[in-house]
Amino acid sequence: MMNTGSKHKLILLTILLVLAIFVLSGAPMVGMNTVPVSAILHPASGRMESDIFWKIRIPRVCISFLAGAGLAVSGMAFQAMFRNPLATPFTLGVASGASLGAAIYVRLGLVFSVLGISGISFSAFAGAILSILLVYGLTRARRGFSTTTMLLAGVAISFFFSSVILFTQYMSDFTHSFRILRWLMGGLEVVGFESVLNMAPFVISGSAIILYMTHELNLMMTGEEIAISRGVSVWKTKRILFFATSLMVGGVVAICGPIGFVGMMVPHICRLLIGADHRYLTPATLLFGGVFLTLCDMLARTLIAPAEIPVGIITALLGGPFFVWLLLGKPSSKRGIL
Amino acid sequence: MENTVIEITRFSFSISSKAILKDISLNVKEGEYISIVGPNGAGKTTLLKCLDRIHKGGSGDIRIAGKLLDKYSQKELAQKLSYVPQADGRISPFTVYEFVMMGRYHHLSPFSSPGKEDKDAVHDALAITGISEFAERFLRTLSGGERQKVFIAAALAQGAKVLLLDEPTTFLDPKHEADVHRLLARANRERGFTVVSVTHDINSAVLTSRRILALKNGAVAFCGFADKFMNNEILQKIYEKSFLFVKHPQTGKTIVAPEVP
Repeated sequence: MMNTGSKHKLILLTILLVLAIFVLSGAPMVGMNTVPVSAILHPASGRMESDIFWKIRIPRVCISFLAGAGLAVSGMAFQAMFRNPLATPFTLGVASGASLGAAIYVRLGLVFSVLGISGISFSAFAGAILSILLVYGLTRARRGFSTTTMLLAGVAISFFFSSVILFTQYMSDFTHSFRILRWLMGGLEVVGFESVLNMAPFVISGSAIILYMTHELNLMMTGEEIAISRGVSVWKTKRILFFATSLMVGGVVAICGPIGFVGMMVPHICRLLIGADHRYLTPATLLFGGVFLTLCDMLARTLIAPAEIPVGIITALLGGPFFVWLLLGKPSSKRGIL
Repeated sequence: MENTVIEITRFSFSISSKAILKDISLNVKEGEYISIVGPNGAGKTTLLKCLDRIHKGGSGDIRIAGKLLDKYSQKELAQKLSYVPQADGRISPFTVYEFVMMGRYHHLSPFSSPGKEDKDAVHDALAITGISEFAERFLRTLSGGERQKVFIAAALAQGAKVLLLDEPTTFLDPKHEADVHRLLARANRERGFTVVSVTHDINSAVLTSRRILALKNGAVAFCGFADKFMNNEILQKIYEKSFLFVKHPQTGKTIVAPEVP
């Protein structure tokens, strides 16, 4: 027997899935140039339209979907783990750690790859892990752990790493400096499938881990003590979640640079839509995050075409007001918002 | 017939080299109702948290159902003990049903939906605590007293036969306080739950439990039958104040009367 609540949630998930398929197949059609069907059907024709479609738009849509899904679900995991609506990979310094890892990779002029995946993704991952361990370690050093202390430590680490990145950039020669700066602005302008192949393993494996941990996330959200007494090994769960979110944030930041707000905003919207039960919330957040960033990117590349607005500007333009609304207008207490 | 479910032998515990619990020994038998009392900061909550491994470490032995605490996995321990923490004012964004179902965590595997056994346990726990009608409501729409029943229901649904409660009736109005005492007494008598409850309310400790453990400065100050506890000398030593006693009109048991300043 299934109660009406979960039936309702399954319907919502199905709608989100259909929406995601619709956006994924529709978004590559939208752009400055219209792409004729013949160009889509003949990817190797050598015509400019088919190159635009297959080598620019399709990879770009894949990247935005993956990045949106990965950032959103990382934010969701952090918010649940720390029971705080402001806890995200960005506020806790994980994204700046990943950025630093990537910047150092560029600055040192490193070029290596593992299993065909560029070293920059691994550097960003290492930076992400390092920063979360640092933030968590700083907070745990004192007993009487509080999430406020942790957020403050995260902000401090974030500023510190940003300075180190700027210093690295300042000390770099012109080409490196430009590469780092351009990348720090955040963007989804990729060409070809190489970036997709670099990012996908990180986002997919990270999301799979989160999907596997939905019961634990639910319990973490009720508080660590209750989680422990219900049988959750909290410290082990945290380590796994740190690992999974670092994978995703590292993988995304290495390619797209830091894109804020998706990770904070999307989980809140999804909680309003489908409730806080992570068995439904996690797939909803993955789908909605992907759809959201893909749509933002579509706006970014068409609003003032042929010029492009960096997608970070669009997400923050939408995210800023939403955030204020969240702070001021505690919505209906009957919803599952944090 | 009576098995020892909790066996604490010379247990000490410190937090950043400050001794919180000193040389505690206590045996709790299956089906017992025991209250832990003592002044603020005596270590009552810490003792409960050590039992449920929310705090780890310490010296001395703790055995649960005959097995050393360290030998349990957290999931195995959840099948033996359940815990109702002090209300901390943070309310998670779940419905009553969702929250109580989380008590079944140790039965659930990833991706699985709750089975019939889990649903039965949840419905049963909601019925015992008298909150079936709230099942679909969000926790934050409930009053503090109703929420406390939800926490107890979640602990009952867990299926562990030992209930650890940390000040279950603090902040509750007289009606909800009586409700909680009644449902704990029923769980204890009719369902065979062992109840270990931390409280500041000396009267309810005496009226509800058979035995009382009093802690002071982390050490055992009294451990014995409730009626022996109601003794001015003992109470004065523990609380550093004198008490007035009266007879309870229903039971004839000695209880503490409030003082006029």
